[in-house]
Amino acid sequence: MQAGAQWVGGLLLLVAAAAAPFLPNWVVSLATIAFANALVVLGLVVLWRVGLVSFGQALYYCIGAYAVALMGRWIGFTDAIALVLLGGIVAGLTAAGIGFLLARYREIFFAMLSLALSMILYGVLVKTESLGSTDGFSVLTPTFFGYAPHGAQLSRALYWLTLAIDAIAALFVGLYFRSVAGALAAPIRDNEIRVEFLGVSVTSIIHTKVVIAGVLGGLGGALAAMTIGHVDPAMAYWTTSGGFVFVTVLAGSGYVAAAFIGSLVFEVVRSFAVDVMPQLWQMTLGSVLLLTILFLPEGLGSLVSRLKRRVMKPGTAP
Amino acid sequence: MSTILEVRDLEKTFGQLVAARDINVSVPQHQTVGVIGANGAGKTTFINMITGHLSPTKGTILFEDKDITGKPSREITGLGISRSFQVAQIFPTLTVFENMCIAAAIAHRKPGMFGNIMTPVRSAETTAAAEAAIELFQIGRYRDVTANALPQGVRKLLDIGMAVAGSPRLLLLDEPTSGISIEEKFDLMNVVMSALKTRKITVLFVEHDMEIVARFADRVLAFYDGTVIADGTAHETLDNPKVQELISGVRLKAGAHA
Repeated sequence: MQAGAQWVGGLLLLVAAAAAPFLPNWVVSLATIAFANALVVLGLVVLWRVGLVSFGQALYYCIGAYAVALMGRWIGFTDAIALVLLGGIVAGLTAAGIGFLLARYREIFFAMLSLALSMILYGVLVKTESLGSTDGFSVLTPTFFGYAPHGAQLSRALYWLTLAIDAIAALFVGLYFRSVAGALAAPIRDNEIRVEFLGVSVTSIIHTKVVIAGVLGGLGGALAAMTIGHVDPAMAYWTTSGGFVFVTVLAGSGYVAAAFIGSLVFEVVRSFAVDVMPQLWQMTLGSVLLLTILFLPEGLGSLVSRLKRRVMKPGTAP
Repeated sequence: MSTILEVRDLEKTFGQLVAARDINVSVPQHQTVGVIGANGAGKTTFINMITGHLSPTKGTILFEDKDITGKPSREITGLGISRSFQVAQIFPTLTVFENMCIAAAIAHRKPGMFGNIMTPVRSAETTAAAEAAIELFQIGRYRDVTANALPQGVRKLLDIGMAVAGSPRLLLLDEPTSGISIEEKFDLMNVVMSALKTRKITVLFVEHDMEIVARFADRVLAFYDGTVIADGTAHETLDNPKVQELISGVRLKAGAHA
């Protein structure tokens, strides 16, 4: 079953990559942003499985984005692949540091502490003129091993890079979920005492999850920064974190692929809502979330489970 | 027989309250030791200190001649001491098999810093170990039942089975028959003791039921007011007049220990 899901995921990825030359540029850009943000959502899924919700994941997203932008601004470095990796590493190191604090907290305290940390970064960026203050600053056009595409070519190159990073991240997170550390999510949520008495440090498992989520957040932020071509403090603002939590609820935590599909659905709905109902787009998004919670409480991913049950028991109600 | 556990001058205080004091106990390998005493006598505090749930205020705990005093519980588990709890500590949203699988996977994980990440939770080895534990504790008919739907006795067996998954050399059972009906108590203990004998595990079990103690313990420690007042074979300890006065009869003499 796992191998089958990987094949389907790989096939969808290839179709998505092959479709790029035939899609309008705005669709490619929208999909790139969606798939970049999906990495942050995937990190939230890692945390959510253990019962933790981070309302401050934009912290790592913003750090990844600013790492990319500052490398261009300070030393003129523009290699996209190295910059994405750098964004992930810097955000991961930040997560490793603050993880010592975060891993000690649970439930609302974890959520509020993560939110507070991201808002501290927001406050620092807003007050720092050398970093562009509230306006932020532009990101240099990325290059690929010295090759500098422009226009639609650049969009497609970033799209393919995002898909490649997504594929690696999905594979890694899939393997992680099937490891002892990943599978301990439900046991930790259920009963931390028993986990400790089986010989595992719950704190270090949660710390690892914070770091994984941080790296994914940083990778997402780095890709988003190159795609948008601009960074600003709003990337660390709580509404950005709230958007990621929104997509996580929409996607559900059951499947790795749900994070990518959920993120794409969110971007599509948002774009159309803004286009069709510019004054009411937030209400549209709110309605989508409400309907999801009412009819798909375990997110879009649960559609797969329902489909599986139907296939296994033909004729029975889902 | 070589000594597996040695406790010297153990003491635990909570502010002014002395929960345990002057405890000196030596347990040889493969012995089954019953621990009796009224509520508040210090039995669970004693077990909590050995398993790292509580740090002693004073004294030393040696496990296979290694000082484990005050070490964290997970480290002590790794050294070969495991435990079950008065209230079964299981993972209620997982099935019996999944519970056992988790315990088996942790026990069989690769060594090193990234052992938890590098070890798959479902491998031929962990699945076989989980199935074997389920069979050993005779809970196969509940294999795919979610743990929160299990009867109390099965929850206890699952809790003990998970504790045994790590192949401990010393197992501490905190009131394994609490909450179990009189009819089921002996059946449960027969299953547990037979499983533990098969695995050659040294056992310390806290118990209130004297019949259970008399039947299953090679040796009995009687706790009163935080310390051991009698230590001998089950026959010697349970027939000790002091034990009969202070412990065996405590429930009959209401308020005697309060």
